[in-house]
Amino acid sequence: MSKLLVSPSPHIHSKDSTRSLMLDVVIALIPAVICSVVFYGWQELLVLGVSVASCVLLEWAITKYMLKAPSTIGDLSAVITGILLALNVPYTTPWWVIFIGAVVAIGVAKMTFGGIGQNIWNPALVGRVFLLVSFPTYMTTWSAPKGLFGADAVSGATPLGAIQEGLMQGSTVQELTAAYDYKDLLFANLGGSAGEVCALALLAGFVYLCCRKVIKPWITLSILCTVAVTSLIFWGINPARFTDPLFNLLTGGLILGACFMATDYVTSPMSVKGGIVFGIGIGFLTMMIRYFGSYPEGVSFAILIMNSVVPLLNMWFKQKKFGRK
Amino acid sequence: MSKHTFSIGGVHPHDNKISRECALQQLPIAPAVYIGVSQHIGAPSVPCVAVGDKVKVGQVIAEPGGFVGAFIHSSVSGTVKSIAPRADLAGRSTTHIEIAVEGDEWLEGIDTSDTLVTAIPEDAKTIVEKIRLGGVVGLGGATFPTHVKLSPPPGSKCERVIINGCECEPYLTSDFRTLLEKGEQVVVGAALLQKAMGGVPCTIAIEENKPEAIAHIREVIAKLGYKDMDVMVMKMMYPQGGEKQLIDAVMHRQVGSGALPISVGAVVQNVATALAVYEAVQKNKPIIDNSVTVTGECFPKQANLIVRVGTPLQYIIDYLGGIPADAVKIISGGPMMGRAVANLQAATVKGTGALLFLTEKQTRRAPETNCIRCGKCADACPMGLEPFLLNKLSKAADWEACEANAAQDCIECGCCLYSCPAHIPLLDNIRVGKGFVLSAIRARAKK
Repeated sequence: MSKLLVSPSPHIHSKDSTRSLMLDVVIALIPAVICSVVFYGWQELLVLGVSVASCVLLEWAITKYMLKAPSTIGDLSAVITGILLALNVPYTTPWWVIFIGAVVAIGVAKMTFGGIGQNIWNPALVGRVFLLVSFPTYMTTWSAPKGLFGADAVSGATPLGAIQEGLMQGSTVQELTAAYDYKDLLFANLGGSAGEVCALALLAGFVYLCCRKVIKPWITLSILCTVAVTSLIFWGINPARFTDPLFNLLTGGLILGACFMATDYVTSPMSVKGGIVFGIGIGFLTMMIRYFGSYPEGVSFAILIMNSVVPLLNMWFKQKKFGRK
Repeated sequence: MSKHTFSIGGVHPHDNKISRECALQQLPIAPAVYIGVSQHIGAPSVPCVAVGDKVKVGQVIAEPGGFVGAFIHSSVSGTVKSIAPRADLAGRSTTHIEIAVEGDEWLEGIDTSDTLVTAIPEDAKTIVEKIRLGGVVGLGGATFPTHVKLSPPPGSKCERVIINGCECEPYLTSDFRTLLEKGEQVVVGAALLQKAMGGVPCTIAIEENKPEAIAHIREVIAKLGYKDMDVMVMKMMYPQGGEKQLIDAVMHRQVGSGALPISVGAVVQNVATALAVYEAVQKNKPIIDNSVTVTGECFPKQANLIVRVGTPLQYIIDYLGGIPADAVKIISGGPMMGRAVANLQAATVKGTGALLFLTEKQTRRAPETNCIRCGKCADACPMGLEPFLLNKLSKAADWEACEANAAQDCIECGCCLYSCPAHIPLLDNIRVGKGFVLSAIRARAKK
């Protein structure tokens, strides 16, 4: 040893890195990915492949040719955006639609703002909502799962969509929900985008993330509780017009949104208090959109709206400082 | 066994107490020692010997330069060779008194026997004065003169003495060994501090990773029959031994921004300081040596050494077999708050508690990447600050905003930088902001 290294304290590090945290999120998504491939078959694998590859390639190309900066794909955040985007679209979506979604997610929602950490809205959700309003046909032609070795797909509406349609035609909620076995919702047997199909697989990933202390459970819990309480009130008032809490918890990608999209570090508040308020906002807006909006599904919009107020929440809800009022 | 801890933040670095089985051993005296005149917080001491003077162990060689100051004693016997500027471990030049060692002759009146003296002086003033004369300073890291801490300003009252045996920094084991091997002396030292503060109760706080020390100190307290003294088992959590955190954990009181512990009725002294108090009061032995943990995974001959103040670091390292080939950084103190050594010719001071050797792999900082707003720094900050925000404000040189966001409260524990997954040098930047805020506060106070 010829020279001593001199630098300020601390001299050791926890060894957590952006990459290691993101890798944990990827691992947490694996059960949901496996489930969706099993339920939807090889087409879903193609959707996942196109989505992840487009997201990663786009981020690489943008950093290399437009920003002329070191590549950031090593942090794996583009992989997560890719997986989430794939889980947010039906498995029948054409590859070029998914590619456009990736361009919007990575190119517009993420890299335009300065890459990881700088974006205001969750990139995968921006991509998804862009596709929803631009290609409604592809995005709303849902098919019931046919399984890896199953028969041909049966087209149909998602549970929430079917109910909204039914309500417009004058049926009551009781008549409409009678068609669904809630066990199916939990174990995935209904039409929807890939990530909506298996609540249990998503919850397993969520528990993993909490155990690894990658995320704190408060945002997710506050969303789920708010959805439950809000729908309980409305359902209690008029069960013929409004769907019940359990139905709302298990449909429409709420679990996916609450566990993996709303908990995104970059676009959620830093403090626990802020996170709880953030979650209440998402839960409440979701229910308002579902009950009174023209879209059957509200989680994506609710999260994007609450993403926009995160800077305010960060300013309003701070942790108490030691020894200060 | 209920475990106590502070209320905000904290991190869990691996404790790596690899030198815990190494018994305290005396380091042979170096051929020459270099005793600095500013080994404590406050005014540098003024040398009161001349070149050529013969000195004995324990003889005063420098007097306090002000109220917040300390006596400095010769740690060896021999001849004063020079009184001249010399680089300290950071490479900064301060006045050092060089003494060439001849034999080991102690000043008369110092009790060098191992007999435990338990008779405690009746008068609190006598105790504090003996502590002052013994040059005792806080050995937990801050090196604040102990007699000043024991003289509360008018209007404030001490309600509890806390002996800090947390040793929450990874690797360090000198306090642990002291508790195990000199537990009686530490406990009597604690009793002396209780007496000095007017007979208030005393809590000895020890982290749960030192069960042997907890059991031993409980035994000693029972054996000596001290009623108003107890051992509190603390959760293993960094920075449990931070003064404000420890008071919060033990007394559930939070010391305000810029306030002293005494404002909430607490006086905190570290284990090594309690031992020094015992020696100064009961044995008339001033601080002339202290225990130093020499450790690190790459350092094969780990040890807990009793080292004479002023011993060159190089001498200690050579005694233990030299610097390992793969060590790139030597830290004086623990890995979280210790200071990197720039100069191996530098001599130990009263507050030197450890020499830690780290390899490139252990200490290399990864390149900084974008903040991902995960909030881990804010979760980790034991002062409840927002390091990500202070980092930005500090880089923008917005000192007013730094002050509004309490940069001055930062205790520089390093939890934020330790936990940042983007490897942002948070604390490096916050220190700059804190420095500017503190000088602005001082300037306002002068007006």
